[in-house]
Amino acid sequence: MTPSVVGDRRTLLRSDFPQFLRALWNGGYRVVGPTVRDGAIVLGELREEADLPIGWTERQEAGTYRLAPREDAALFGFTTGPHSWKKYLFPPRERLWTAEAEGSSFRVVPEPSDPVPYAFLGMRACDLAALQITDRVFDRAVADPGYHGRRARALRIAVVCGHAAPTCFCVSMGTGPGVGRDHDLKLTELLDGGPHRFLVEIGSSVGAAVLDRVPTRPAASADPTAAEQVVARTAAGMGRHLDPTGVRDLLLGHPDHPRWTVVAARCLGCTNCTMACPTCFCSTTEEIPDLYGDRSEKWRRWDSCFNLEFSHLHGHPVRPSGRSRYRQWLTHKLASWHDQFGSSGCVGCGRCITWCPVQIDLTEEVRAMQADPDAVQTTGAPP
Amino acid sequence: MSTVDSAVPAGGVPPNPWLPRPFRVEERVAETGDTVTLCLRPEDGTAPPPFAPGQFNMVYRFGVGEVAVSISGDPARPEELRHTVRAAGKISESLAGAAPGETVGVRGPYGTGWPMERLAGRDVVVVAGGLGLPPLRPALLEILAHRERYGRLEVIYGARSPPDLVYYDEVQTWRRRSDLRIQVTVDAAGREWYGDVGLVTARLPDARFDPPRTGALLCGPEIMMRLTARALEQAGVPADRIFLSMERNMKCGIGSCGHCQFGQSFVCRDGPVFPYSALRDRLDRREI
Repeated sequence: MTPSVVGDRRTLLRSDFPQFLRALWNGGYRVVGPTVRDGAIVLGELREEADLPIGWTERQEAGTYRLAPREDAALFGFTTGPHSWKKYLFPPRERLWTAEAEGSSFRVVPEPSDPVPYAFLGMRACDLAALQITDRVFDRAVADPGYHGRRARALRIAVVCGHAAPTCFCVSMGTGPGVGRDHDLKLTELLDGGPHRFLVEIGSSVGAAVLDRVPTRPAASADPTAAEQVVARTAAGMGRHLDPTGVRDLLLGHPDHPRWTVVAARCLGCTNCTMACPTCFCSTTEEIPDLYGDRSEKWRRWDSCFNLEFSHLHGHPVRPSGRSRYRQWLTHKLASWHDQFGSSGCVGCGRCITWCPVQIDLTEEVRAMQADPDAVQTTGAPP
Repeated sequence: MSTVDSAVPAGGVPPNPWLPRPFRVEERVAETGDTVTLCLRPEDGTAPPPFAPGQFNMVYRFGVGEVAVSISGDPARPEELRHTVRAAGKISESLAGAAPGETVGVRGPYGTGWPMERLAGRDVVVVAGGLGLPPLRPALLEILAHRERYGRLEVIYGARSPPDLVYYDEVQTWRRRSDLRIQVTVDAAGREWYGDVGLVTARLPDARFDPPRTGALLCGPEIMMRLTARALEQAGVPADRIFLSMERNMKCGIGSCGHCQFGQSFVCRDGPVFPYSALRDRLDRREI
């Protein structure tokens, strides 16, 4: 068989999917992807095909997520869950280095790099857009060794969304539902009455090498068309909409808009939105000495701008009010991000909407400010 | 690995930015009741990296943690690293207690410095409040080392009370010089204090400078900098030549942890020194 090359389109039968997984495992990858756990479709290590959420989907709305069975046996018949891929490249807790006492001094031992590469199976268009963003965040003048060590070797296997959740708005943010070129392999699951199969598009030579170990055949001419229809149908089913035009200037220019007070009255400051967001990158460090004074470890863990101590300065938080903390989060995400990283920090995945316990919806908040940008606060706390 | 991979830096593996280097405490000078100056040298005998006036390091105490501290040494003598630390929290308290012979970790220098090149040929007004003097000291030493490059040098230094003044002996030697003028003022003092009492802004009218051709360096509590910058601008100093050194919570120093954001800026990387013209809108808002 002629080796496949970048740009090739091939058809993988559902019945051969186990061989695809086997090719990943045999290729030395630690395969992570969607799996059902604790009543949700989360990301976890896949050790057998049955770990995939076969025949499962979810119903989500603002503040609501419920696992639900599908009427078919689709492998990827769902959208986004509470986890995002950042948890692998930028883990919730990560040791950065260890200091070891040496007489009156100490030496600093860097963390060894993890030798096992990841295969990320099931990245959606919004996830790939988020990956591009976190690449820029961690790829500033000083590169983060942990992130880049894992990122450089990670295999990105994209899956095109077969439908949109009511909380999805990737079309608004220009990030989906079609998957562009930033992937190693792209799968479109075809459930069109024909045989259950995948259109596989090859995005890199590494992806091609993986696929060459899997039985596939050149895609029938109808399959790319069927895949385009999947994208079109998903795009048409977007549950949310956000008009990003002028949002940067709107938010940066209206720090005293009364809507910040309205949303702060509901916001619990629970940090769920920042934990679920695939691009939120704030972290703190912790020093963990042993009991003997011989070793001390430096750990990094996720932090959130909703935490009071996040802005601690000289004994007080710079942002004591919930209003200023919500404003910081949304203004950073949709406005300052453009200045800092050259794009919006939002990819339209809707996770912050679904996982907000009080159903705060950033698309609704932005719309309210767009509708009345120059509103003035008349009652309540002074700006 | 992939066709487009911006994540992989060209030219191999970049240095790990998280690792502190061990420095030996050579000398510890008590400045005030809670503030000390540490003189540090790398334990491996190599030279510390050069720094620009106004930059800072992340300084680490074994088993306790890291904190951002401005560099207060002489930029012409980078071999001796100096940090002035006030015991304000758990980490700074432990650092301030570091005795000669003990080891601390250092990584940096980070941040933008005072834009010395923009001050050349100009009158320079330096306004320090409290522990704002240590980050300004390298700039002052730089100006004094190349005194002919600058116009008048006016220094205003304010502290809460006389015992809170740092670098007391050095300030006395500056007072005796004829090529700079320094005014020292405190918020409150007993009868033993013969100097000025009041805010640094109250000393500005006594400072001699030509506003349109002046550059100003400000470091101290945010409200002090805000009021001083406003007064300087009203006096005719261009807002883009009034520079403030901002302070925010910092965990990384390298623009990665997100803590020090001040509007669109990361104070650690885009600052800590900013022109007033870039900050004015944000400084006047609460809780940004």
